[in-house]
Amino acid sequence: MFVSPLREPLIQGHKTYQQISDDICAPVEAKPSKAWMLATTFAGLVALNGFVMIGLTITYGIGMWGLNKTVGWAWDITNFVWWIGIGHAGTLISAILLLFRQKWRTGVNRSAEAMTIFAVICAGMFPIIHMGRVWLAFFIFPYPNTRGPVWSNFNSPLLWDVFAISTYFTVSLLFWYTGLIPDLATIRDRAKTAFRKKMYNIACFGWTGTAKNWQRFESLSLVLAGLSTPLVLSVHTIVSFDFATSVIPGWHTTIFPPYFVAGAIFSGFAMVLSLMLVVRKVFNLQEYITLSHIESMNKIIILTGSIVGVAYITELWTAWYSQNQYEQYAFLNRSTGPYWWSYWGMMTCNVISPQLFWIKKLRRSIVFTFFMSIFINVGMWFERFVIIVTSTHRDYIPSSWTMYYPTYVEMFIYIGTIGFFMFLFLLFAKLAPVIAVAEVKAILKTAGDQYTGEHAVHPETYHKEKLAVEGDLGGH
Amino acid sequence: MSDKKILFGLFDDETVLLSAVKKVRAEGFKIHDCLTPFPVHGLDDAMGLRMTRLHSAGFIFGATGTLTALTFILWVTTNNYPINYGGKPYLSLPAWIPITFELTVLFASVGMFLTYLFLNRLAPGIKPVILDERITSHLFAMTFDIDAATSEEKKEQIRAVLRDCGAVEIHEKDI
Repeated sequence: MFVSPLREPLIQGHKTYQQISDDICAPVEAKPSKAWMLATTFAGLVALNGFVMIGLTITYGIGMWGLNKTVGWAWDITNFVWWIGIGHAGTLISAILLLFRQKWRTGVNRSAEAMTIFAVICAGMFPIIHMGRVWLAFFIFPYPNTRGPVWSNFNSPLLWDVFAISTYFTVSLLFWYTGLIPDLATIRDRAKTAFRKKMYNIACFGWTGTAKNWQRFESLSLVLAGLSTPLVLSVHTIVSFDFATSVIPGWHTTIFPPYFVAGAIFSGFAMVLSLMLVVRKVFNLQEYITLSHIESMNKIIILTGSIVGVAYITELWTAWYSQNQYEQYAFLNRSTGPYWWSYWGMMTCNVISPQLFWIKKLRRSIVFTFFMSIFINVGMWFERFVIIVTSTHRDYIPSSWTMYYPTYVEMFIYIGTIGFFMFLFLLFAKLAPVIAVAEVKAILKTAGDQYTGEHAVHPETYHKEKLAVEGDLGGH
Repeated sequence: MSDKKILFGLFDDETVLLSAVKKVRAEGFKIHDCLTPFPVHGLDDAMGLRMTRLHSAGFIFGATGTLTALTFILWVTTNNYPINYGGKPYLSLPAWIPITFELTVLFASVGMFLTYLFLNRLAPGIKPVILDERITSHLFAMTFDIDAATSEEKKEQIRAVLRDCGAVEIHEKDI
């Protein structure tokens, strides 16, 4: 297999297979540190507070929120779209980059997929609690009933969303767990106590790694990647349909699907970076999540960020060119109305800041990347707030114009989901390897720094050996 | 426990294992299985394994999902309880595409995943035979089926060829 000498090695430190297992499994096998305990407890308490606020909402109704007759969707749907968007990076890394054979995905895919699942859990809570009568949430599914039966409306984007998000969650979970099974088996076999062995054996479904198992594993991964690729694009497309198929100025645009998908991946990569920059440092995995990985992700941020920037400007241009006064006012109001700060916050964080990554020095700077990833997440939250609230708060009749202010209940629910997300991620990081152990081993011979790059020690012999074997097999 | 046993050689590199598989088979020995810590490309070909038909199962599951969605929505909207939504036709195929697509993906993924677990005999609570605990970490095993009736001579032949091919350790285990 030819590896371009220009490619940077993705695994540093001349690792052997055993060292890879040791390094990546170490955080799972170590005793929980004080910092981990503190962080988990704190995140858990924040989440708990969020759940109490959800309890208040369910008990007293949606009146606990700042919604009114004019602004019927606000923080709840903003948070929903924000979380769903964050989830998209995980699927992009695990599915689309697998199809494109991008080897650097192996360093970050496991955590990114976990992030997807946890983000979708947080996202899914919002439409449900927004229903008010959550005990009737099953109404969204088509089921035989005694009211006719009146089925759910299959022509409605809101119902499409139900199907899209539940499918997305299920498929992401299966994809993630498929990859996790062999790695959990590694932890089982390294376990020192019988109890640990037993628990991890249950979790890894009794995996042993026979040739046939791996053959089916590869087939399943490839097909799931092939299915997840259009799926991930469809999910945010359908989320954007929730807006685009309405007739609200500012929402009623055909540009929404690609614009939302790009924005989703943009914010998702920012979240992956925020998490991974901390994880690699705390778990001492700098040799597996290298600067080259960070740079690759920053390049995707430039691409998707630029698509988002172009979309913002296209919307403005379309508003002017359409000569539709409602559309024009919607955009004038966004940029100069009472919520101008959210519009300009969005513009600064999402349009200007990713362009700084054109400078190589900046996109390879860990500190800069970390701050930028936070900026982008803030900016993408503003984007959804701008789209949702500023499009609705001044509608067709000026007498019903109003302002929307969140209540403490809404704020704590949002903060609560961030706590819940962190809580789940911290649990995951303690119980399972944060890097796909088996997949990293599989790229060692082509991306390890002893085989490729400037510190390579035996590329020649290795490649000859490999060629000899493959030649004997009839070539691959 | 039966009197079945496994004789296996451990290798420390996948390239060595690959050439060993080829050599052992050429000498007429029947390899029972190979266990590896990660997917080794070309191993299934070298062992003469048939291509898996898992993806064909995936296609069938997916097609089932497509048909389920289409026939169900068609039945609901045109037959069971037709509702006029803004004067649009009862049979409005383009509007059904998102749900049809989602159900195709859902059926294909869930179906394939369950088939995968079934074929690989994977489930919570299964107690596998673990030949060596290092196999899921960094060693590669080539295994041979033997039993109490297998002659010592035959076993010695297998051991010899394994040593010859570069096995770092050779063991026997009751299963």
